Amino acid sequence: MALEIIESCTSCWACEPLCPSKAIYEAKPHFLIDPDKCNECAGDFADSQCASICPIEGAILNADGLPMNPPGSLTGIPAEKLAA
Amino acid sequence: MQLPVLNNTTSEAASGGGCSAGSCGSTDDQMSHLPEHIREKVFNHPCYSEEAHHYFARMHVAVAPACNIQCNYCNRKYDCANESRPGVVSELHHPVQAVKKVLAVAANIPQMTVLGIAGPGDPLANPERTFETFRMLSEQAPDIKLCVSTNGLSLPDNVEELSKYNIDHVTITINCVDADVGAKIYPWIFWKNKRIKGREAAEILIAQQQKGLEMLVAKGILVKVNSVMIPGVNDKHLEEVSKMVKAKGAFLHNVMPLISEAEHGTYYGLTGQRGPTPEELQTLQDACEGDMNMMRHCRQCRADAVGLLGEDRGAEFTMDKVEQMEINYPEAMKMRAEVHAAINEELESKRLAKEAKMQLVSIQGSKPKAETRPVLMAVATKGGGVINEHFGHASEFLIYEASSSGVRFIGHRKTTPYCEGGDTCGDGESALDVTLRVLAGCEVVLCSKVGYEPWGPLEAAGIQPNGEHAMEAIEDAVLKVYEEMRVAGKLTPKAIEQQKVA
Repeated sequence: MALEIIESCTSCWACEPLCPSKAIYEAKPHFLIDPDKCNECAGDFADSQCASICPIEGAILNADGLPMNPPGSLTGIPAEKLAA
Repeated sequence: MQLPVLNNTTSEAASGGGCSAGSCGSTDDQMSHLPEHIREKVFNHPCYSEEAHHYFARMHVAVAPACNIQCNYCNRKYDCANESRPGVVSELHHPVQAVKKVLAVAANIPQMTVLGIAGPGDPLANPERTFETFRMLSEQAPDIKLCVSTNGLSLPDNVEELSKYNIDHVTITINCVDADVGAKIYPWIFWKNKRIKGREAAEILIAQQQKGLEMLVAKGILVKVNSVMIPGVNDKHLEEVSKMVKAKGAFLHNVMPLISEAEHGTYYGLTGQRGPTPEELQTLQDACEGDMNMMRHCRQCRADAVGLLGEDRGAEFTMDKVEQMEINYPEAMKMRAEVHAAINEELESKRLAKEAKMQLVSIQGSKPKAETRPVLMAVATKGGGVINEHFGHASEFLIYEASSSGVRFIGHRKTTPYCEGGDTCGDGESALDVTLRVLAGCEVVLCSKVGYEPWGPLEAAGIQPNGEHAMEAIEDAVLKVYEEMRVAGKLTPKAIEQQKVA
């Protein structure tokens, strides 16, 4: 049970200090989550902290590989505009 | 006739600390009602003083990447060296690198008086990086003023820390005081370990901004409020914002136009929300002015901008280049002090000359002149308060309004330099077309030189090119040209109608 940061991450640092398990670390070309440390904030917070502050839709995936913040969920930009 | 040109009232504040009656119109009248200790804080801050921005430079360091809110005019994915707007940077710095860069810039651009942290995220959402940078700078470069911009969400928690580092100036971006308006501007905030959306998010943000503003004012820290004007969303509402922030003690209000090109990929850009026209912006600024000191010279610069407002010398100070520079800051500080003293002397002599002129006018008495209509004039300048830029090289024009009561600075308008524009840009519009559109409403353009080619199209558009006042002080030249127009009978009400028809 761990979240994953993928290439659309912009390395903005917002998530790193929030992680209660210190699972997030700076890496190139983008930040990464140590799957052995991440527990999706279970027991610490109701919501996963990294996924709650991440501004980039789709940059963080859940254990099933699905985006925690799907397209349009944060910016409200309609999907057809995003594709353009 | 009094000539209320820029900053002619600062001396009264300086000598007596009093308020000068009879000043009106000019944006720098803000100085006149300020007590001396505040005036001292702003006279060489290019973002707080219209006059200072011709002489003194500022820089931002991009140490604060994280943000705790989303604004509909911001795209966090954006990074481009050729874009000049808030939230955009090319290189992110750790505090140690940032300090190195600041010392390098301060040694090479001695006019640099101010270091700001403005992003690219929110400085107070990155408190450790922001405060580490401030702490090191206050030790190593005590001659640099420090300031910070914030969305305000974390401001109340950080006021105490801010006051420790001798930070005299804080800018809060406040786009609304009504959560229903806010819900159209902010899709979410991160608050107490949760992402909060909609009206509730806006309500929390607004409350934090106002609380932070009050706390700063109580600490004696100068607060400027920035507002982004979004037509149809908060344009009318911003008059209320202006009154509110003034009542709470903000010192200056800066209403900026929304930037929303589709290619920036912001919500507003992609959904077709337009920005205001220069005329709409000016009308709103004028409407707010009755209640509040308005800033007119903001250039909406990048979070890593370097140089005078309106120029960006960031490319000269990339981290690779900075690493190669050997900086002896104590030596640089001596040289900086000399340069600052020379600028202050120049400002002082200009001020005295203006005062002498005003006294002369009041001794001679002014012949009552008929009320003449106001005229907008565009000016091409590279700084120094004089007309010293070719028409074809100008990437922006300063706009002044001349009227029977004097000259006042209205704002600046950006364009593509005519000589660099190539044949067309964008949708088939030539660089000259862009400039003609940008200068709409102006009747004169003052520059050090203007070529034969643009002359005809400018005249045809009702804008008289004028290269006769090269190297003259801007306000003097504007007044001279206005007087020539009066003598030529171009300032009668009839001329207004003619212009409207044209």
